[in-house]
Amino acid sequence: MHRAYLDNNATTPVLPEVLEAMRPYFSERFGNASSIHHYGQETRAAVERAREIVAELLGARPSEIVFTSGGTEGDNLAILGLVRQGDHAITSTIEHHAVMNTCAHAQENGIEVTSVPVDGRGLVDPDDVKRALRPNTKLITIMLANNETGVIQAVEAIGRVASEADVYFHTDAVQAAAKVPIDVNGIGCDLLTISGHKFHAPQGIGALYVRKGTILNPRLYGGRHERSRRAGTENVPSIVGLGKAAELAASAFSRGDDKKMAALRDQLEVGLRSCVQAAGINGEGATRVPNTSNIYFDYIEGEALVIALDLKGLAVSTGAACSSGAIEPSHVLTAMGLRPERARASIRFSLGKQNTAEDVDFALSLVPETLAHLRELSPLWKPARTGVS
Amino acid sequence: MSGGVDSSTVAAMLRSEGRNIIGLTMQLWNQRRLAGHEGMPEAVQGRCCSLDDVYDARRVAETLGIPYYVVNQEDRFERDVVRPFVEEYRSGRTPIPCSLCNNHLKFDQLLIVARQIGAEYIATGHYAQLEFSEASGRWLLKRPTDKSKDQTYFLFGLTQEQLSRTLFPLGGMTKPEVRDLARKCGLVIAQKPDSQEICFVPGGDYKRFLDAYLAEQGESPLETAGEMVTTSGRVIGEHSGIHNFTVGQRKGLGFATGTPLYVIQIKGDTKQVIVGNDEELYSRILLAHRVNLISVQKLDEPLRVAVKIRHKHQPAPATIESTGADEVRVTFDEPQRAITPGQAAVFYAGDVVVGGGWIMASR
Repeated sequence: MHRAYLDNNATTPVLPEVLEAMRPYFSERFGNASSIHHYGQETRAAVERAREIVAELLGARPSEIVFTSGGTEGDNLAILGLVRQGDHAITSTIEHHAVMNTCAHAQENGIEVTSVPVDGRGLVDPDDVKRALRPNTKLITIMLANNETGVIQAVEAIGRVASEADVYFHTDAVQAAAKVPIDVNGIGCDLLTISGHKFHAPQGIGALYVRKGTILNPRLYGGRHERSRRAGTENVPSIVGLGKAAELAASAFSRGDDKKMAALRDQLEVGLRSCVQAAGINGEGATRVPNTSNIYFDYIEGEALVIALDLKGLAVSTGAACSSGAIEPSHVLTAMGLRPERARASIRFSLGKQNTAEDVDFALSLVPETLAHLRELSPLWKPARTGVS
Repeated sequence: MSGGVDSSTVAAMLRSEGRNIIGLTMQLWNQRRLAGHEGMPEAVQGRCCSLDDVYDARRVAETLGIPYYVVNQEDRFERDVVRPFVEEYRSGRTPIPCSLCNNHLKFDQLLIVARQIGAEYIATGHYAQLEFSEASGRWLLKRPTDKSKDQTYFLFGLTQEQLSRTLFPLGGMTKPEVRDLARKCGLVIAQKPDSQEICFVPGGDYKRFLDAYLAEQGESPLETAGEMVTTSGRVIGEHSGIHNFTVGQRKGLGFATGTPLYVIQIKGDTKQVIVGNDEELYSRILLAHRVNLISVQKLDEPLRVAVKIRHKHQPAPATIESTGADEVRVTFDEPQRAITPGQAAVFYAGDVVVGGGWIMASR
């Protein structure tokens, strides 16, 4: 069966160059990066080189990069490493579960949490953040780009609010890294989370940017790895892979690949709009990362469309998958004011470096006919269509 | 696919026949949802929709090499099964959520999803048989070979359209044969115990479930306390709530009297529980509403059938006749014990299900 993978916000394939860069660090250069001898020196050098490249991608200093196991760990370390009982934190209603549930956990442990809403486009108003400030506010944690819609927040303005109030600002940039240029100083954030597997590094590696001078308590105790911020022997092959992926991302920006990806995404959106009724883009009108398109197709269950498309070889997604694999209604789309039916009728297409115009054409050849079949059998569609005509 | 032996074996059978199949599990209820509410245990040991069951179903699908998906129907399950379950108890009736689930979820929503994703039929692990009658041009629902596993009582609500798109591959098999086949197919769940209780009520304690659910919804607990009255009209005390009783119940009445007392009737409007002796539990006539007919299109004249008034009831000879749109009067040859409003009355002609409806009243 011909297959196309358009679910790159879930994960991406490891690029061949990344795999090649990692390969020597399994069996040949296997040393513990903390060891004194030659073997250790070899891998220490590789880890620090990767740290420099990742720092460069974010406009940070190498000493401000902490390697983690991924986005969830980065978010946990940033939030729980900062807030203490009696503190106040500000977050938004559209955060990834890694932030949302970490804040909920903090709340259960005596930290006050305020969630600021978003508008219909999925945007937080920085003035709302400002109004939510309290004397005991310690942290603002608001994402850079949303995983479901790709909508980019006004993080620079939020960064100014944070800096004027002298509170820490953390941003989850898991879905933004390597998709849009990031400069931690431009944003004015103190902490920023990235995850490797969202941009063609392996799963299980990520990094947290921690601005110099930020006092962060570790979540894992042990040796003095990562400047005592994250104990545990470094995952050298994956760190090397993360470095390589960051290097490739930087050169892709200089080639203008992000604009090509936006063109591909537009091809998909224009194509679908031209042949599908009762559909629209969630987050339209906001600035979005170039690879993500979240589209509602009224009068169907998005879940059924995802399954039907998968059976025909097209991998897309809806909402956030829970551990059983069942799909919960999206809290992001609901927070944007979508009625539950429309939230459940929404599908996310997300592109990666490996995708081509052929993949988009494949999607355009499958979605309209599959959708038409679903609607034909949907109890909601016939009365709606009659009403329209 | 529930992750149990029956539906897993169905998948294995269809796979070995070379059918092009897709495994689906419905996520109907979040077992963790009421954990810790109103005396519910923190670690709920419920069966249906637990992660373990989804894991088992997924493992079976992997073993068979078939595509597999979980379909979330929690909203509709709550609306069409859990809510009516609560309201039935509030009204003094004893509900059967499994039939509601079959009518509104398994053979309605799930069938729609199945057809939307390109399937022609839905196959389940129910013990029942299907047959197309050339004579009447209708699909017939029939009792299975293994009478001890007969599930036709819960399937009386299926329409001709639904039956025409359904397969019950286990209808001709006995449960031991099914387990044997599951083992031969190398399915990890071959020895998994059968599920018995109502899937969303852990441990079968429906009273605790009602309290926990209403508390979670921010609604007041069922206020159904009232008088305990004898059939002759004498008030003999107070009771804690009509939802704690079911017709025919003897234990737990909380009154010591010379002769054994049974619940004869539960009055939703006055919140009275009527008690009496065993003989008073018997009735010859019941009225059923929301009737669905399967083997016949309509009841033009009285029909001789056997009627089952609860899952484990031996069908009793009776005459049924139409008393209005979707309403039927059942007159038994012999009075039947503890006819319970809220349960189903299912009509049989031999092994064939004629139809069925929901019991409104008896006399």
